[in-house]
This record gives sequence, structure tokens and C-alpha cells, in this order.
Amino acid sequence: MLKRPFFWVIVSITLAFAILPLATGDANLRESLIIVAVAIALASNVNLMIGYTGYVNFGNVIFYGLGGYIGLYLTTVRGWPLIAAAIVAGVVVSVFTLVFGMSILRLRGAYFGLATIGVLEAMRTFVSNFNPWGRASGMYVPMDAYQSLGGPMRAVWISYLLIVAVMGSSLLLSLFIKNSKFGLGLFAIREDEDAAGVLGVNATFYKAVVYSVSAFLPAVAGAIIFFKNGMIDPGGAFDLTLSIEAIVMMLLGGRGTVTGAAIGAALYEQLRGYLLTSESLSNFHLVIAGGLLLIIILFAPEGLVGGFYRLLPRARRVFE
Amino acid sequence: MNDVADALLRVRSVSKTFGGLLAVDDVSFEIREGEILGLIGPNGAGKTTLFNLIDGVFKPDRGSIIFSGQDITGWSPDKVARRGLARTHQIVKPLNELTVLDNVVVGACFGSEHLPLKAAREVALKVLDEVGLANRKDALARELTIAGKKRLEVARSLAAHPKLILLDEVLAGLNPTEVAHMIGIIRAIRERGISVFIIEHLMQAIMNLSDRIVVLNFGEKIAEGTAAQIGCDPQVLEAYLGDPNIAEKLMENG
Repeated sequence: MLKRPFFWVIVSITLAFAILPLATGDANLRESLIIVAVAIALASNVNLMIGYTGYVNFGNVIFYGLGGYIGLYLTTVRGWPLIAAAIVAGVVVSVFTLVFGMSILRLRGAYFGLATIGVLEAMRTFVSNFNPWGRASGMYVPMDAYQSLGGPMRAVWISYLLIVAVMGSSLLLSLFIKNSKFGLGLFAIREDEDAAGVLGVNATFYKAVVYSVSAFLPAVAGAIIFFKNGMIDPGGAFDLTLSIEAIVMMLLGGRGTVTGAAIGAALYEQLRGYLLTSESLSNFHLVIAGGLLLIIILFAPEGLVGGFYRLLPRARRVFE
Repeated sequence: MNDVADALLRVRSVSKTFGGLLAVDDVSFEIREGEILGLIGPNGAGKTTLFNLIDGVFKPDRGSIIFSGQDITGWSPDKVARRGLARTHQIVKPLNELTVLDNVVVGACFGSEHLPLKAAREVALKVLDEVGLANRKDALARELTIAGKKRLEVARSLAAHPKLILLDEVLAGLNPTEVAHMIGIIRAIRERGISVFIIEHLMQAIMNLSDRIVVLNFGEKIAEGTAAQIGCDPQVLEAYLGDPNIAEKLMENG
């Protein structure tokens, strides 16, 4: 792992994310970078399912939203410290996903994709009617919940650094899986699940494990982000749009590669930021995202990084 | 009874129907350690279905399959593979977007030895050398020719270090030079002590290679024996060439 050049690329990028806003104290920079960091984390983890294993998960935002709810519940109602709450949220969501994956992953191809949309809608409806989590109006973080982190201002900075850590972990996880036996098994499933089985890959088990693994870090990120934002509601937590945006980012950069998910997420957020703030194009970003998705799938299914590999085959060894 | 103890694979009264079609009908036979057993029969005789029953792709409706002393009836293909039974596909199934080397590493990693990546890579390189694909190891599997893909199928199953390998028409679609090369590979497999069960339409090749041959027709086993025995079995001749006495029979009835 340590010998791989890309390991050090990831470490450097993560450190740059952490240090730049801290050194300048620039709150605007911090706020733009936190959006990018969350996007990279979500896109990287959805890449484990789609890019590595070939299973399109439209419900990936469930992990993020459910993590947010569990995290907020533990920090505000139970009074837990943020880090413990975030990790427990991640573990709970992962275990839930593992059990759930055993059944839903019997479906293949488009049927799995459709089922994940159904699950997402079911989850949103359930939470909208779940009393302990505030039903449709959601939950709020009272101001004094931030005191344990040294006040709201410091809490925001701590949340930022935690999110950067989640981003770095997501990238390292992708890199680690890509170069492991586990990853090779996933690639085999992606290419031909039946052939993989005949070669000895226990596809049922592998799929359930990667589904569960891909849930952990997004859930942790959700717990931190919704705590930082101070509120959560079913519409914002289980938003199909965000799921699809994560998929667009990953496809834009290049599926199945670590670099692709990161670059796609960064670029997409730049574009979205520009569209959202420009007067004439405000709220137009979903139209652009849809168009982009169409263009990528039709003309560049391997994404930006895939095209880059084709121009420069050696890049494959460095930018994994 | 000694015979039975030596059997690596024992297939007992196995049947499989698809809808109303009886694809494999009460077939029994066994494969001994180190043997090359041929499987022939006209198109649609149920040869590939029999392979799929043995390696767990389909579950038999009736009958049992004992491999290496263990009842593997109804096991999933991955479990059967880890137990030491490898196969190739008639319609090749390369892992297209992976390199040739990685394809074979998958076989070594997830086969009977559960090798870690690094050891698997060494095994894979050796196997690629044996089947003559070493110079293509960094190509993507989809870039190979059909002959290359067939060799890749064989390499993947060999890398798994199996006790028994099922070869489904690995000679079909190859030109004479490639056929000769593949026959050399199959002989080398046996010399390593691996038993082979082979489906083949190329009569001359299978008659030469096999120690014994099983013949299927309409899902039924109609004959079993050495190449010489099979060659003069009237039922086999009829299955392949039609009834030699059909004209006379028709005349009599008419």
C-alpha cells in the first residue's frame, strides 16, 4: 500500500484540504471544500457498488440520510459525543445494509436498481411517520449540543476536519479494495457474475459485504454533516436527486477508478456551484446533470479518467 | 467395489428436465483418478447440461453427484470450484475488461487453493506460459482472438489447481494448428495428474485423447467404453448416422 504512488497522492490531497482553510481561516473556502469533500466521499463509495461490482445503487443516499438521523438522535437526544455518534451510526447502517443486502442482492441488473429506488422511498415514508425522529418536520440540534465541542464556531471547524478525514478514508478504502483479492473478486462479478461463480467467487457473500462496506463512510459523513447543519428532515435526508448526482459524478470522472470518482465529484460540484449562483441558470443544475449523464453514457462510458488512460496508458499505474 | 473407491467423480442416476423436455435422463457413470473421459453425442444430446449439473450451475431433479468422496449434489458453483472442480465454457466467458493475467489470477485466487494475490500472480504467470499466452498477459481479455479466449478459459481453470477439469468444446472453432496446440495442452494437463472430462465434436481428436468415452443421445447414456468399442456400437452409429437398416425396415412394413 505504502509503495503505491497514489497512496501518497491521496494523503497529500487530504492534508491540503485540511490545512488550506485552517491556515487562511477562510470560512468561504471551508464551506466550498466541505461540499466537495462530501461529494467525493459519496461518489467514491457508490463507485464500490457501481464501478467495482456492477450493481447500480440508486438508493445510496439512504446511507447518508440514515446515518444523519442516527447521529443526530444520539448526539441530541442521548447526549453522545459527535465522533462516537458518527461511528456508531456508520456501524448500525452497515449492519442493517448487510442483512438487507442478503435479500435484495438476489436481484440483478435493472431490477436491483429499481428495488433500491423503492427502498429509498419506503425509508423516507417510514421516517416521515416515525415519532422519535420528529416525523415530517425532522429534528433540530439545540445550540447547547455544540458546547461540548467548544461552541458552535469550533464545532463547525471540527466537523469540517472530520469530513475531510471521511473523504480521505473513502479514497484510501477505494484504493485498498481495488488492489486486494476482495476487489479482484468484485471485478470478476462485474464482468460476468456466472463466470465468477464458476471460478470460485462466492458472489452472494461478496456483494453483500461490499454493499455493507459502501454504506459505512457515507453514514459517518451524514452524521457529521447534519450535526453541523443543525437540522435534518426526511426530504433533505433521503433525496433521490443526491443519489443520482453521486452516480453522475462517479460516471463523469470514470467508473471503477479511484481518481475518477474524486475528479468527477470535484468538477461536478464546481459546475453546480456556478449554475446555482448564476442568476439566469439558477435551479437549472439538474437539467445539466441529466444532460451530462446522457452524454457520458452515450459517448464516453469510461469517463474522463478512462479517456485519459487511453491517451496515456502509463497513467493507469499512477492514477488508479 | 475397488473400482468405486478409485472414482474421483461418481454421477448416479442424474436427471434434469426443463419444462417438459427431459434434458438429462437417468445418467450414471464415473471418472477415475488421472483419466481422460470423453463425452460425445449429437447436438442437443444434453452434454453441456450434464456439465452444468456436475459443477452446480443447475441442480439435478433426481440423482446424486459424488466428487472426491463428498456428496456435492445441489452445491453452488463457487463451492464446487473451491472443492477442486474447474471447467471451461463452450461459449467463452472472459472477464472482458480485466487483463489476461488478472483473469487467470481470479482462477488461482478463488480456486481450490485460496491463494493470496501475490502467490496467485506467480501461479498465473506460470500457467499463462504453459498455454502460450504469456506474451499477451497485459492485454485486456476482450482483445484476444477466439483461440486465445479458449486458451484463457483453460488457463483460468488450470490456475485453480483442480483435481478434475471439465472441458466444454475447447477445440471448436480452432484452425488445425491451434487444435494441435490445444491437444498438447490437454495431454499436459493429464500428465500433471489432473483428471479430464471433455466434450468434443472433433471425433478424431476425442477418440485419440480419451481413455474411455460416454455417449449421450436425447439425454440418455447409450454407450460407454473405449474408442474402439464405441466406434462399432450400433446404437452410437445410429445416433450419428441414422439407422443403417432403415430402408429395409420401411420396405418390410410397406
